[in-house]
Order: sequence, then structure tokens, then C-alpha cells
Amino acid sequence: MKRKLATSVILASAMALAACQSKAPDTLPPQPAGSTPPPESAGPIPGSQADFEAKMAGRQVIYFDTDRYNVDTRAVAALQQQAQWLMQYPNKRATIEGHADERGTRDYNLALGERRANAAKNYLVSLGVDASRLTTVSYGKERPAALGSDESAWAQNRRAVTVTID
Amino acid sequence: MKKLIACIAFVITVPAAAQTAAPVIPATPVEQGGLTGSVSDEKEWQDLGIAIPAFATDANKPTPANAQGTGALGVEVARVITADLRNNGLFLPVGPDALPRPSYPEIPAPNWGIWSGRNADMLVHGHVVAEGDGNLTIACHLYDVSLRQQLVSQTWRLPPADWRRGAHKCADLVYSRLSGESPFFDSKIAYIAETGPKGHRTKQLAIMDSDGANHRFITTGKATALTPRYSPDYRSIVYLSYLNGNPRIYVYDLASGSQRLVTQSTNPTFAPRWSPDGKTILYSMAVNGNTDIYSVSAQGGPSKRLTDAPGIDVGGSFSPDGRSIVFESDRSGSQQIYIMNADGSNQRRISFFGGRAATPEWSPRGDQIAFTHIAGNFRVALMDPSGGNVRHLTDSWQDEAPTWSPNGRIIQFFRTERNSGRTSLWQVDLTGRNLRRLATPVDGSDPAWGPVLP
Repeated sequence: MKRKLATSVILASAMALAACQSKAPDTLPPQPAGSTPPPESAGPIPGSQADFEAKMAGRQVIYFDTDRYNVDTRAVAALQQQAQWLMQYPNKRATIEGHADERGTRDYNLALGERRANAAKNYLVSLGVDASRLTTVSYGKERPAALGSDESAWAQNRRAVTVTID
Repeated sequence: MKKLIACIAFVITVPAAAQTAAPVIPATPVEQGGLTGSVSDEKEWQDLGIAIPAFATDANKPTPANAQGTGALGVEVARVITADLRNNGLFLPVGPDALPRPSYPEIPAPNWGIWSGRNADMLVHGHVVAEGDGNLTIACHLYDVSLRQQLVSQTWRLPPADWRRGAHKCADLVYSRLSGESPFFDSKIAYIAETGPKGHRTKQLAIMDSDGANHRFITTGKATALTPRYSPDYRSIVYLSYLNGNPRIYVYDLASGSQRLVTQSTNPTFAPRWSPDGKTILYSMAVNGNTDIYSVSAQGGPSKRLTDAPGIDVGGSFSPDGRSIVFESDRSGSQQIYIMNADGSNQRRISFFGGRAATPEWSPRGDQIAFTHIAGNFRVALMDPSGGNVRHLTDSWQDEAPTWSPNGRIIQFFRTERNSGRTSLWQVDLTGRNLRRLATPVDGSDPAWGPVLP
């Protein structure tokens, strides 16, 4: 269902692009609903979530050790890139989603996800991002990214994801 | 045991004529005989054979409770009682489908000859009568077959829609009278119904009777719902919802279907719990990433912060007298269990046995704390309020979030299946016996057992 929808959205935007091309090649049509990235040739709209994801190339997510919420060196590098982008687009707001792996109890994981999201937020603020632009939300263990029940899946799920708001 | 039975002459006869309002269900103040606090000396009563033939009726009349009238309803009532006892591993019940059907006049005067030949120690008789005002009268008698004597009887007047409550009340009467324990069948369970793939679960608030009947979804699942708790008066449910995108605790009013935030705050709130008197709600709130436990009047108003450790302080469960709270905290470096006074003073750790300890729930009897022990796998365990005498009740990959039956004899929890992430509700008694899965229409988690209905 999702695939189908995405395909038709891409088709629609490609057609819209083609229609516009002769008239005003410099102006892109408005983003289609759902912020699906337009065809590769055009590239994502600068300053959009799609642009953020493309620039971060995975570094929009930072990872944590079991039961920990400290920002390690790899996470520092990722957060520095995130901060750079956010400073470049000072009108953009972002939500940081905190997550935990499934090997924790529900309430505790909600608290742990909140802690992780705040650790990421605080680091971005320390790099100069205005705190009022950043919100946090914890999903505890409710929204795993990797679906297995092993160390590698859990490591991928102990994360904080920065999502910019278009 | 026999001596105990002889000592407690507990016979309530409620004259039906004296009853006007429905439902009239008097409390059953069964004194607890010497079994309180013990977990091992139940074998004697467990082996009692109990015959539960169909309940009789004075005349087969139409009732909204059963399309075939009160006669068929009498069979259903006996089946519900039999299932209550059998499914919980209590006694050796034989139901109406395997027994002769007593006539209406035999209910207060059993035909002993029939029953003494059937290897039944105990006999349950009852009747179902449709009253002129549309209500039902359900009577329940418990007889000792060898003594040829009635041990207890009670009558309830109920709206037809509540007929199953009459059956549960009768099962409670039989159970309480024979075991010396407090009743628990006439109670309800709130839980989270789960559907969909692991990465995208739909989680709905749902309720059901203690035997799984009268199941109802309360929320649609559009917003993720978690961790419900029934108010002690069953009028509302406090739970977490991601309505509007952020986790917040709501108090849902069952009669009106409306809900309100438990506290006006922009911070996330979670892990709600009621005080035993229903006047106070405990909750956890994260401020700048630091989670502490707060209490607030169930009517609203200002919150009181109970913990201020830099770590995660979360959850909380009142002692039955409302004076203490058991909660979890990772202030020592890992999740452990602590007790404090209800005002937040005198916080002290009680779990010192290795691994992590989470989700403590104080027994309604006060003498045990159920919790999730995390040492490799997640297991439901018990300890004394002093932190001693740890006993594991389950042994699976991930069992968590225990909740007590109203009488403190049974624990429900939820089990998560490795890899698939599928969840199910389970229960086990506090001796570790009678482990069984509860039937739910879809997957289930976060069970919360409410008190016995008045």
C-alpha cells in the first residue's frame, strides 16, 4: 500500500515537474503531501526534512549503550553535523525522538527514551542551536526500528532520532 | 478445615421481598480463618469435589439475559460458576452438562440421595427467577453433601444485563466459604489490546470481566494507549495516551466516555497509579529528561513532587493502608526497588539480590510485593516488603508488569514472544501453580486487575 502510494506520488511530482519545465525552470512546484523526496535529478528542497536526511545520511540517528544515555564520540560527530544543518536553517524546528530496546520494562523505557532525547537535545543546544527550536518525545520500546530480538537489533533500537519539522 | 467450616456459621438469607433497588449485592464479610498469609496449606480444600448442576427456575420466563428464557439461563449461570472455579485451578468442579437437573423445590432442600452417590463433597444449588420489574433474582446455596447441611447461601437482585455477575458472586461465595480467602471473581480487568506488526503496533485500551467476558475496546487505537489502571470504584481508568503526539496521562470516565489530563503540564507524564481509596493518583513526569514521581488529587489541582533523585524514579504502588509507596529507581546505577512514605519521606532501597528489579506492585493483602526481576530473562517474582524471601513465579523469555487479583492470591502479567514481539496476558497463583494464558480477542499487554465489585 505504502509502496504504491509513494510510486504514484513520485509519478505525480515528475509530471508536475515536466509541466513546469518550459515556463519557469528555476521554480519547483510545491512539495507533494507526505514530503516524499522529488526525483533524484532535482534533489531535495534545501532546508526540508528530505534535505536533512540526505545530508545526514544516517547521522540523524545517534545510538546508545544498554541503559545508558551519554553521548559518545560517534554520536558527537553526528550531532555536530545536525547542529551545522540546523544553524544553516535557523527557522527550522526539530523533534528528537528517544527510543529504547525491548529488553526493558515499559515505564522505565519511556523514562529512558526521554533521557536519551534530552541528552541529544542538550548537546545540540551546547553547540549553539536555540533550545526553543527543539522538542523531545519518548517512544520507549514502542517503536523499534530493527525487529529482531538479538544484540544487533537492540543496538539499532537504542537511539535518538532527529526529525526536522517541514 | 472441617473444624473451620463448623466454626463459622455464616449464613446470609436475604429476603427477596425486602429488596427494592437493583442491584442489591451485599458485601460478603467472610472472616479469614487461619489461612491468611500462608501459601502452602491449601491442598485440603483444593481437592474438594463440587457438583454445580443447572440453576432451577420457578417458571421458564422470557428475559433479556437469555433468548430461551430463565430455564436456559439457569444452565448458563452454572456453567459460568464451573468455569470460574475450573479455570483458576480451584477445587474439582463438575458442571451442569454432566449432572442431573434439580427441580425448583429441591433448591432449598436437596435430594441428598442423588448427590451422595456422585462422589461430590460439596453441592451448589441455585435458582434464577425473572421478577415482574424485569430484574433477575439469582440465589446460590452451598451444601456439604456428607453433612447434609447448608454452609452458606445468598441472593442477589440484578438487572438482566448483569446476570454473569450473579454467577461470579456465587463462585466467590463458594470459594470464600471453602478456602477462607477473600473473593475475586466479580471483578474486571483493564488491559492494552495489541494488533499489527512489531514495528507498528496498534495499542488500544480495552476492558473485560475477570473471566474474559463482556470484552470492550475503549479507544480506537489511532493514538497509542499504554499502562491502564482501573479506579477502585470502576468509574474511571487512568492511562497513558499519545493523543496529540506526546505521552500524557488521561483520566477516562467510563460512563460519559470523556477524558481529561491528569495534570496540565507540557512535560511527558506516564506510569499512572491509583491510591487504594481512589483519592490520589501517582504519576511519573520527565522534566528536562529527569523522571520523578508526583502525586495529585484525583479531582485535579496542584501536584506534589515525591522524589528528587537525579536518576529515573518511576512507577509506584501504594501499600493497602495507603501509607507507603513502593517504586523503582535507577539512582544506584540500575533499576532497583525502593519504599518511601506516602509523602515522599524515608526513601530506602529494599532489593538487594542481583539483577534489576522493576514494576513493583504491592499485594492488596500487604504482605507481598510482586515485581519484574530482570536477570537475563524477565521473570515475575515476589518478595516481602522488607525485600527478603524472593520467589520466582514464572520462567520465560520476557514476563513483566504483574498485577494482583483483588484478594492477593493470583497475579496476572504479560508475556512477550521473542522476535515476533507478540504479547499475551497470563496469570499464575502466588504459589507458582495454575499458570495459564488468558483468552483475549487479540494480543494483550499491561493487565490491571480492579477490586471486587460491591
